[in-house]
Amino acid sequence: MKKAFPILGLLTAGLLSYALYEGLVVAPKEQTMGEVQRIFYYHVPSAWTAFLLFFINFLASVQYLVRRDPKTDKIANWVVITIGVLTCVAPYAIPSLVPAGARASSIATTGVALVGLYFLIKKFFSEQETDMLALTTAEVGVVFCTVVLVTGPLWARPVWGIWWTWDVRLTSTLVLWLIYVSYLVLRRFSSSGQTPVLAAALAVFGALDVPLVYFSIWFFRTQHPQPVIGGGGSIDPRMLHVLLINWLAFLCFAFLVCWSRYRLERMKREVEETQALEALLEPRSALR
Amino acid sequence: MSAAPSGITLATLTKDVRLEWRSKDAINSMLFFALLVVVVFSFSFDPVAEESRQIAGGLVWVAFLFAAVVALNQTWARELRNQVLDAYRVSPAPANSLFLAKAMGNFLFVGVLEALMTPLFVVFYKLRVLGPAWQLLPVAILGTWAIVVNGTFFAAMSLRTRSREIMLPLLLFPITIPALLSMVEATTTILVGDPSTSAKFWIVLLATYDVVFTTGCLALFETVLHAE
Repeated sequence: MKKAFPILGLLTAGLLSYALYEGLVVAPKEQTMGEVQRIFYYHVPSAWTAFLLFFINFLASVQYLVRRDPKTDKIANWVVITIGVLTCVAPYAIPSLVPAGARASSIATTGVALVGLYFLIKKFFSEQETDMLALTTAEVGVVFCTVVLVTGPLWARPVWGIWWTWDVRLTSTLVLWLIYVSYLVLRRFSSSGQTPVLAAALAVFGALDVPLVYFSIWFFRTQHPQPVIGGGGSIDPRMLHVLLINWLAFLCFAFLVCWSRYRLERMKREVEETQALEALLEPRSALR
Repeated sequence: MSAAPSGITLATLTKDVRLEWRSKDAINSMLFFALLVVVVFSFSFDPVAEESRQIAGGLVWVAFLFAAVVALNQTWARELRNQVLDAYRVSPAPANSLFLAKAMGNFLFVGVLEALMTPLFVVFYKLRVLGPAWQLLPVAILGTWAIVVNGTFFAAMSLRTRSREIMLPLLLFPITIPALLSMVEATTTILVGDPSTSAKFWIVLLATYDVVFTTGCLALFETVLHAE
């Protein structure tokens, strides 16, 4: 395990430089937007990575809350399995349920990913560790979300002629960012014993909020280009190739940062525990 | 986990209302705060009737949201004196009864504030409703409940944090954005009265928000109250 970290670090560095080369040199120049379109290979993978991390944060927070009680834990398992089965069956059984622009297969994939991730987290993380996982993914997710919010306007200025617009994707990403920043502020400001529970409750609230945010702003206004993957748009296969390589590189990078942050957090808690224990065992030496 | 209003809910609600009736702490500070917001806004905009109709929805709800935070911050702080909240925690009373009582009490206080402030808004901003005015009532009820139910929950959460007065808006505002957007848009639509648009979508969205977050609060409040 000790060696896996530097090896993965080297691999990620190689992959990131290769992805950068692919994005800047190999990928074809976009017809109307020109070179500035290449920020796409930075912007979209960051967004996907951030959303994935927030999703993991949500699952970890739910688990932290339900695993405190074996009964709710069992109920939650069945709820997750039911949702997974429903997302796999319903889009094919009742095609009218599928929203315009989405495919039944992508909904089913999301459902399978949900169930898979939920039980993977459950298998590999203890109750206390899910809280550390939630903290780690929220922090790294906010960083990637910031990258999205910074690179977006950089692209929008030459292409749309404006830095920012209150469009549905921009606004809901901004609101998502705000929710997770408030999550981190709460973690910073609450006293240590109760932080995990309060933070997990807030994470669940944030996840409940996301669809509502999206619908409300979608009805409000829309300007962002339609998604080229999975939506109605089309993309040059060479560009898609570069995009996917970039996403892989970003995922590796995110995983690396999360891992290192996770180890740091675990060490911090171990130190705190040891110090508390020592203070209990030797009250006098603690006073000295 | 029972969510039904019980005798405990009623008792707590009566106690809070009686306390408020005698001290008038929350109402007075909210009223004065909202008044200040109205006056400051009217200085900075100085609108004619047509413009003010466009912005009034936003102004009204922002003023009410800010004022509600003042009351929400006091709602649990009152229970900290003499360890009332700790006593409640060790008692077998269901946590949700307490939550519902607090949320209803805040709903009542913010409702009174709205009833008193609305005429003032109408006068200061020369408002005249051009759309179906009765729709403002469901918007007001659902919107107030949206602010209050999440506000009560987050106030209970921020009770355990350092600098709790500042924590509440930091937690509440990001989560409330869809509700606030719905309230503002619905109110503006009704005020402007453009026949091509309708406030129905926003009212439905607001109702959905209320249902989702009331369920969420009732499901998680016990955990948050006992978080140690």
